[in-house]
Amino acid sequence: MNIMSEAAVEKALDQKMNTVPYKMIGKDVSVYYGEKRALFDVNLNIRENTVTALIGPSGCGKSTFLRTLNRMNDTIENCRVTGKITLDEDDIYDPTIDVVELRARVGMVFQKPNPFPKSIYDNVAYGPRIHGLARTKSEFDDVVETSLQKAGLWNEVKDRLQEPGTGLSGGQQQRLCIARAVAVSPEVILMDEPCSALDPIATAKVEELIHELRSNFTIVIVTHSMQQAARVSQRTAMFHLGNLVEENDTDKMFTNPDDQRTQDYIMGRFG
Amino acid sequence: MSMHIMSAYDEELKYLTRRISEMGGIAEQMVGESVRALVNSDLALAQKVISDDTILDEAERQIGEKAIITIAKRQPVAADLREIMGSIRIASDLERVGDLGKNNAKRVIAVAGSGIPRKLARGLEHLAELALVQLKEVLDVYASRSPEKANSIRERDEEIDAIYTSLFRELLTYMMEDPRNITPCTHLLFCAKNIERIGDHATNIAETIYYMATGAQPEGERPKDDNTSTLGAVKD
Repeated sequence: MNIMSEAAVEKALDQKMNTVPYKMIGKDVSVYYGEKRALFDVNLNIRENTVTALIGPSGCGKSTFLRTLNRMNDTIENCRVTGKITLDEDDIYDPTIDVVELRARVGMVFQKPNPFPKSIYDNVAYGPRIHGLARTKSEFDDVVETSLQKAGLWNEVKDRLQEPGTGLSGGQQQRLCIARAVAVSPEVILMDEPCSALDPIATAKVEELIHELRSNFTIVIVTHSMQQAARVSQRTAMFHLGNLVEENDTDKMFTNPDDQRTQDYIMGRFG
Repeated sequence: MSMHIMSAYDEELKYLTRRISEMGGIAEQMVGESVRALVNSDLALAQKVISDDTILDEAERQIGEKAIITIAKRQPVAADLREIMGSIRIASDLERVGDLGKNNAKRVIAVAGSGIPRKLARGLEHLAELALVQLKEVLDVYASRSPEKANSIRERDEEIDAIYTSLFRELLTYMMEDPRNITPCTHLLFCAKNIERIGDHATNIAETIYYMATGAQPEGERPKDDNTSTLGAVKD
């Protein structure tokens, strides 16, 4: 039997990581808010079934970049995006693209849990309903149950599905929002600081969930917590003043980063 | 390197650096004194070396505790993490150096009565000088964190190994000449081995410093010229 040494296994895994195909490709992405330029020619590719963490100080452009991935910036007046972003082969800024359709493929979870003022059931059923993904009562029941299960919330809410989603605890609300995002079977899930309003236990649950969701979805997460980036992601991208400074394997990033600015930021030193 | 935003963090790292340097100074002194005690049959000096060892043991414990607390509080990453892990490893190497010095000191009593031939004492002194230079330089490199210098120290361990091998042969010759030499010579053999091990610990420290500075392990096998493990074995 051929037993690989630990180093060989590591190397094989690294190589495997390098051969993971790109789900989304961002080429020369720049974003302007009116006259102000917020992103400078960012080239960042998102690997399939991988958790990619975007880190950097406030105002560095990481959330701006995240929002370009499902055209959330469209909703901001005088925001202009240049460059090219593709999802699989499709240019998502192509004028013929249906933005609603795009956001079903690239879902989003926000910093503050924002359940609809509806029942838990309807929060999850909302997406499948508007996208026509379910028709009969039993189809809706199915998608609600599996989505809540994927979000690790089913056991806690299965006996009170008709109660309002806003009555849940903060951590439960955030997992409800994840269930809502998952319900329309997206390919990519964007998370903008999903745990910043949660306590450590709720945070751990969401992180565990991110870890599990990775096998079915491609995840991009913006986080201010270095430890969270280190814990949940396989790739990390560091932004600074609107530039992508470094993108690397997370393990490398937190033990021996290539860029001095990354080093200073993650170690909490003056840059 | 730039300062931490939290200055207390810098203080904690400085504490580790300061304590390691202190340990280095004490270890160096113990090794030097133990060899002097051996060569001059100075029992009082040997006793001092033996009691000094507790200082190093205590310092290693304190460095370990401080490192654990810092990791728990600061969750260090990258260079900071390597710095703290490196401190733990260097402290343990220096503690071992102290133990080896102490062991030499203990053998002074056994060897004292028998009168060591001048030539042997010279050989041992020379070996100790080299090991001490190695230790002193590695502590200087610790202060400067120069990966190039760390690498050059690592390559010099070969010299110590070569002298140790020749001393080993010499001691064997004395033992064969007169069986009454066997007891003191065996003790001296252990002393020589201890000193050779001190050189190895200095090399370990050099490698740790290289890792702390660069985040990479030094390349290539460590140079070795210690052939005593197979000396005297029957060759086919």
